Amino acid sequence: MSVGSRVNSDHQLARLLQIGIVLEEVVEARTYNHYQSLPDSALDPEIEELLDHAAEESAEHRERLEEIIEELDSESVPFEEIETLVESRYGRTKPEDFDGVLYDQLCNEETAYKFYDDLIEAIEESDAEYSIDRERLLDTLRAIREEEAAGAEEVTKIMERRE
Amino acid sequence: MNTADQYLKAIYLLQQMEDGPAATGSIADMLDVSPASANEMIGKLESRGFAEHEKYKGVDLTDEGITRARDALQTYCILERFLANVLDVEEFREEARELEAVIDDTVAERLDTIIDRNADCPDCFDPESDACRHLEAANETIVE
Repeated sequence: MSVGSRVNSDHQLARLLQIGIVLEEVVEARTYNHYQSLPDSALDPEIEELLDHAAEESAEHRERLEEIIEELDSESVPFEEIETLVESRYGRTKPEDFDGVLYDQLCNEETAYKFYDDLIEAIEESDAEYSIDRERLLDTLRAIREEEAAGAEEVTKIMERRE
Repeated sequence: MNTADQYLKAIYLLQQMEDGPAATGSIADMLDVSPASANEMIGKLESRGFAEHEKYKGVDLTDEGITRARDALQTYCILERFLANVLDVEEFREEARELEAVIDDTVAERLDTIIDRNADCPDCFDPESDACRHLEAANETIVE
């Protein structure tokens, strides 16, 4: 067990980025499937646009994380299998209504933000040298984190307008 | 998981293993920190009402401390199971120990939606082997 969070090696960094990719997969699958599960009467163009954008952004984040992993000295994992797994299991805790979908989306954005925030801090805390340039790595992760923050803000605004 | 939660989890597991209060030295050993650091954090946990420290006897968790420790242990179990079952990591115990400080419980909750955990979690966690008993059994079957 090690107290205090530091990312000390390529291997550890790659593993955390893999967790990030799965997290993005989970977020995307939940977003899509929860919206699809709503009755037609509850469908709404504003929410549809928000969720479409969130899913696109999530896919793009995955690609950026995958690009970093490819540059690291670490073994990869079969992501096709993970994609199938996530897809088949997204719905353990379905939100029951429209507000539930928005609330779930807010949790998605906030969880992703927290993940990247902790990861950035753990990289900053470490003086390890990675195969990828540290500044480029941090710039990429900070940019993703900002997009998650903007996403959470967007959902909050919609929720406030609808109160 | 923040540092306080890591301490609470360690004390909880040590109390199970030692069947009584957790010795400060054992806590420091388990967390690989100096006795001085352990003492400092134990003092903080005490002031927050999570633990009671009696000199020469050791540390006991309060009810509130136990609740938090069990939540932390559950987060750890999710991480171990996720590494073993989703990412197929053979050394899941070692990697979980390395990564637990970086994984927040909200993140673990999302990862939990794609793994199968037993209803008795976290009581199925075996402090001696540092893993869930069901996970151990499943891995042994695969090895056989």
